[in-house]
Amino acid sequence: MQDAVLAMLAKEPSHGYLLRERLRRALGPLGESMNAGQVYVTLTRLEKAGLVASEHAEGLPDRPDRKVYALTPAGQRRVAAWLSEVSWPKPNLAEFHLKLAAAAAGRLADPVELVDAQRRELMRRLGEAQRAVLAEPDGSTAGLLLEGIALRLQADLRWLEACERVWSKVVDESEDA
Amino acid sequence: MNEFGAVLQARGLAKEHGQGQGLVRAVDEVDLDVPAGQMLAVTGPSGCGKSTLLHLLGGLERPSRGEVRLAGRRIDALSERALARLRRRSVGFVFQAFHLVEELSARENVELPVLLAGRSPRAAKKRAAMLLERVGLADRARHLPWELSGGQRQRVAIARAMANEPAVLLADEPTGNLDTAATLDVLRLFEGLRAAGQTLVIVTHDERVAATADRVVSMRDGAFVDDTRLAGHATGGLGEMFGLEY
Ligand SMILES: Nc1ncnc2c1ncn2[C@@H]1O[C@H](COP(=O)(O)OP(=O)(O)OP(=O)(O)O)[C@@H](O)[C@H]1O
Ligand SMILES: [Mg+2]
Repeated sequence: MQDAVLAMLAKEPSHGYLLRERLRRALGPLGESMNAGQVYVTLTRLEKAGLVASEHAEGLPDRPDRKVYALTPAGQRRVAAWLSEVSWPKPNLAEFHLKLAAAAAGRLADPVELVDAQRRELMRRLGEAQRAVLAEPDGSTAGLLLEGIALRLQADLRWLEACERVWSKVVDESEDA
Repeated sequence: MNEFGAVLQARGLAKEHGQGQGLVRAVDEVDLDVPAGQMLAVTGPSGCGKSTLLHLLGGLERPSRGEVRLAGRRIDALSERALARLRRRSVGFVFQAFHLVEELSARENVELPVLLAGRSPRAAKKRAAMLLERVGLADRARHLPWELSGGQRQRVAIARAMANEPAVLLADEPTGNLDTAATLDVLRLFEGLRAAGQTLVIVTHDERVAATADRVVSMRDGAFVDDTRLAGHATGGLGEMFGLEY
């Protein structure tokens, strides 16, 4: 979020509330639940870090939404670095994988039941995401974010299917033994 | 309809093929209630019995044992003639491979079931025009199936399935041959039908299709192993669920 806020200031300085509106629009349905305060908290942090500078506009109250924010040279360097970066969020599958392994080893729970519960939860989330995708008009850039979320959940559900297939065999074998 | 408001009901429904060592229990003692207006998705690995179940529910195949009720009426023991009539009037089928009549235009494909139900050519024409409009293909009414894309053909097939206002729409892998964009078109149509109170049963491998249903049942070896209600259970808004981080 910090980097995105900085990048949105790269072209020209902006009022806090305008910045918030632009972020909200870019996020589409996901932006609707965005807490207004969070953008201002981010701006305050960025200012403390010397990446943005604010100016209090004449005649307006001294609040983050009314102040005008601009990038400092350090902020500009950080935006350039962010744009050329190719890092990517890591899906944390190891934790769930280890949960199943630990549950089975310690006989704490049936791994297949854990997988089933997880699958139901992800199905519900996918339902929310997919319905939001359907509600977006064709060619909406905000819809792309929802599309990405839906595709990831689909991949996770396929992985859970593989987990179920293999763990149900492991469980069967240990019961036979 | 019965006292539970189930449009579709199965009790101890079973279908077997072969015998002795070669016996296959395609559907193995299934109980199911589909309330009016529900969109139900059926998922499960290949060969688990999904298509067979759908065929039993729609009267395309006869069960080895058990009962099927459609709108409160037992259909498993109907005569061939009564069954054919029921399929034409009360059930709409949508298949993966569209199954349109290749020699007929989009409009004629949709008119056909209306005519077969004994209604006038005028009524059939009017109904087909309305349905093609609804699936966004009013301008393709005169096209033959081979002149349409897969997605468009499936939309014609959905219009045809709705021709006689069926009590239930049964779809077997309706998006199996479609790309993402055409799949979204079909899902938007189903969403519209559901909003209008249509009862739908959809067999699918696609998690994204299943996730739009009100309820998902999973099959293994002819039996239900899971039954999950989806709609209205998610906690928090999208933003909360998919965590925007600050
Ligand atoms: N006419 C038949 N004769 C013998 N066996 C059959 C017949 N029809 C279906 N089966 C068997 O019944 C089982 C269920 O088949 P069905 O077509 O219902 O599976 P499915 O879940 O729809 O699979 P898929 O996802 O591949 O379409 C399979 O083992 C299949 O081989
Ligand atoms: Mg099948």
